Amino acid sequence: MTSNLIVYLIAIPLLSSAVLLLSGRKANKWGHLLGTLASASSFGVGAYLFTQMLAQPTEERAMTQKLFSWINVGSFNVDASLLLDQLSICFVLLITGVGTLIHIYSISYMSHDLDRRRFFAYLNLFIAAMLLLVLGDSYLNLYVGWEGVGLASYLLIGFWNQKPTYATAAKKAFVMNRVGDLGLSLAIMIAFASMGTVSFAGIEEAAPKASTTTLTAIGIMLLIAAAGKSAQFPLQAWLGDAMAGPTPVSALIHAATMVTAGVYLITRSNFIFDAAPTAQLLVVIVGAITLLFGAIVGTAKDDIKKALAASTMSQIGYMILAAGLGPVGYAFAIMHLLTHGFFKAGMFLGAGSVMHGMNDEVNMRKYGALRKFMPITFITFGLGYLAIIGVPPFAGFYSKDMIIETALNAGGIKGILLGSAALFGAGLTAFYMTRVMILTFTGTKRWDDEAHPHESPILMWLPMAILAIGSVLSGFLFTRGDALVHWLEPVVAPHEHGEHSELLPPIVVSGLALTIVLIGISIAVMMYVRRPVADVAPENVSALTKIVRQDLLQDVANEAIFMRPGQALTKSLVTIDEKVIDGAVHGVGAMAIGSGSELRKTQTGYVRSYSALILVGAAAIVLGIWVITQ
Amino acid sequence: MNSANYLYLSALLFTIGAVGVVIRRNAIVVFMCVELMLNAANLSFVTFSRINGNLDGQIVAFFTMVVAACEVVVGLAIIVTIYRSRRSASVDDANLLKR
Amino acid sequence: MINYALDLGQTAKPEAVLFYILAPLAVAAAIGMLTVKKAVHSAILLAWVMVTLAIFYIAQDAAFLGIVQIVVYTGAVMMLFLFILMLVGVDSSESLTETIKGLRWIAITASVGFGGLLISLLGRATLGRSTAGLADANSNGNVEGLAQLIFSDYVWPFEVISALLITAAVGAMVLAHHERTVKRVTQREQSQARFRSGSLAAAAGLPGPGVFALHNAVDVPALLPDGSPAPSSISATLKARGDMLDSAQYQLDNNDNAAEDK
Repeated sequence: MTSNLIVYLIAIPLLSSAVLLLSGRKANKWGHLLGTLASASSFGVGAYLFTQMLAQPTEERAMTQKLFSWINVGSFNVDASLLLDQLSICFVLLITGVGTLIHIYSISYMSHDLDRRRFFAYLNLFIAAMLLLVLGDSYLNLYVGWEGVGLASYLLIGFWNQKPTYATAAKKAFVMNRVGDLGLSLAIMIAFASMGTVSFAGIEEAAPKASTTTLTAIGIMLLIAAAGKSAQFPLQAWLGDAMAGPTPVSALIHAATMVTAGVYLITRSNFIFDAAPTAQLLVVIVGAITLLFGAIVGTAKDDIKKALAASTMSQIGYMILAAGLGPVGYAFAIMHLLTHGFFKAGMFLGAGSVMHGMNDEVNMRKYGALRKFMPITFITFGLGYLAIIGVPPFAGFYSKDMIIETALNAGGIKGILLGSAALFGAGLTAFYMTRVMILTFTGTKRWDDEAHPHESPILMWLPMAILAIGSVLSGFLFTRGDALVHWLEPVVAPHEHGEHSELLPPIVVSGLALTIVLIGISIAVMMYVRRPVADVAPENVSALTKIVRQDLLQDVANEAIFMRPGQALTKSLVTIDEKVIDGAVHGVGAMAIGSGSELRKTQTGYVRSYSALILVGAAAIVLGIWVITQ
Repeated sequence: MNSANYLYLSALLFTIGAVGVVIRRNAIVVFMCVELMLNAANLSFVTFSRINGNLDGQIVAFFTMVVAACEVVVGLAIIVTIYRSRRSASVDDANLLKR
Repeated sequence: MINYALDLGQTAKPEAVLFYILAPLAVAAAIGMLTVKKAVHSAILLAWVMVTLAIFYIAQDAAFLGIVQIVVYTGAVMMLFLFILMLVGVDSSESLTETIKGLRWIAITASVGFGGLLISLLGRATLGRSTAGLADANSNGNVEGLAQLIFSDYVWPFEVISALLITAAVGAMVLAHHERTVKRVTQREQSQARFRSGSLAAAAGLPGPGVFALHNAVDVPALLPDGSPAPSSISATLKARGDMLDSAQYQLDNNDNAAEDK
């Protein structure tokens, strides 16, 4: 089935972005409205296409649209084609839906910013790039969107680039993403070299015939790419610093766009990973490490946005873990992604709302007792909180529970390890999210007198409220009759029931998870409700806490492993350049100058000395002839 | 007598002319030495003409004379021009090329 | 050189006699050209070398070239040289001291090497080669033979050479042309200037040189009625050349006037 509407999903925000960037200051008055309208129109198109898909039988729901023939070199043909299937539409609706809510929120949040029009242009660009990423029908098309997302995130994280640290954060995000991008480009190259095609359909067809080694190589490269974009171990370091961007950006990056790209990539490449068990194993390992890493880092963060960022890292770890479990997990990865999109966006917007009322203070130790001052924010944030820690019947419960269950049932020692990691992560999540709630909304007030906490305007709390409703209901809706699992079946290989023996019955797993969550909550309550909270982070803490506060030394490790040797290499190269290459260059110059100043002495300007030289030359020629004709 | 003797004479005169160009400072004398060299070359041509038994050498010598005449005309005009501006006919004074 | 020595021992033909007399003279004159101080002497010596060469041309069955050599070189070119020498100072003699360090030795060494090698090469190249002679080529006469060639095989170079000659003539005219920078003063204006310059003495014109005073020469000043010499009576050109004699010695009653002054 083809549809001519797909391109408008991308074109509308892209065009709007161009208009906003090019139209100059006179667009300041209506720029934000145009941006929001563009995003909303894109959502409208997506929703319409979704209804069209629903009207079709399961097997005919995927839609394609060929835009133009992009590359046509010999046997290498790539069309700029768009593919809208059951997987893409989930992302399209998430990106445009949550994206639109964030746009609405930003109208108010950024109202005091002189550059609001540029901000909306970047937001639209971000949406367009992300849509291109999920709608491309080949890895090459995906790559274009992939790089566009990288660019847009760079522009947005560094939006307030007048602050050098923010600019550095943007650069850090961009550079670490480049590492992942390299993985993706290598994966595309390997795929082309071994299979001669880069389209999803072509590779899916060719994958069974390709060697396991090739597929493993592609899989590992794709994993690196996903790790870069989704902030997974070991490329996770940029995510925390990315909080430098305005809060709506954080919401957009963490909920709807950017970090979900890695999960999309792995899910989309299911045909590769299913045939490459080694790569798949690496995926789950990366997912498991990251989910624990993020959760541990989250326990020590006093900055509300960084705590949420750590939680995102952890939640994406869950998704990657699920995606790495193979056909049984893809659907749950996507489900968790969607529910997470709701509650994380809601919480980020909530955090933004809190900051809005607290003079942009981000230190939770300076909050406290805000429940009375911003009730709507408290309620929406609280609903998101209940969702993320996995309390039934909120959305997170369904999706996370499924992942834990699937991990446990992965079989053998692997299943036990992954399952325990997921369970432990759930406990940690409960702990640090409870900590965030307690520090921010309950207890005693710890803020300065200058702060005048107040509820945010309707343009801000309305999106939060909508997202909160999503956080409550989405999980329940997705799992009704395995709706999402069946919806995705045509794209990802079908869920084979009964293949693995269940380690524990589902009800026991849920009980176990809830118990652990309760333990996490109780510890947090004991630590932060029973004891007074210092408004300055205590210094006399254990070495472990200190390490955790430094993001488990991720920056230290990066600096030690990559930056210092890189700097040393650069320094030595500079030395070589200065001494050897410049020496040679300058030496040649000095030689020319020296020989020139010597030769210059022969240039007396006297005609007679020149004629003497001619005479000597003539004598030399005669001598040459004399010798030759000897 | 051996015609080659004329060639030896020619070579000698040519060499003497060349030395004169180098060591004399008066531009007019330098010019005369150049003329001497041209004449020496002409003698060679005439002698070659005789040795080879055709008149081509003489034709070339004739042309050389015309060229020499042209050169003298222009060269002397240049010397006069330089003299007019510098009040000197010494080739060493016209060493602007150095700067 | 061996040939040269062998030649000397051979029966002297008229041409050989001519050669052995004139060739050393030509070489001597050429060397003399380099060693004399005055440019005029160099020119005369060069003229001698050219005449010698003209004789050699005629001796070698190149009668036309010999005549042309005399007419064009000794006649026209050398006249031109002498004319220019007069223009730039006929008797400006040149110091033969070398001013550029080492140049003379370089020149002599290089020229000895050059000449020696050239002669050695010539000897190597011409040894055992018989002279064809121009009897055949000149059978219709030397001038006719040359004309035949010039207007057939060499007509194109001949035309080019003629163009060159014209160009050179125009070039010389352009170079010699002197652009007038101030308006030419007419005789009328000169006369008016003389009468308006203050003294009538100037208006009357300068006195003639002392041709009839003491010496019959233009470089001697005339004597004024009071017996004092008049330096203004000598041509400005002579003054500029420094060829004016000191006029004080021609003053009459030199001592008397001095006494009266005191």
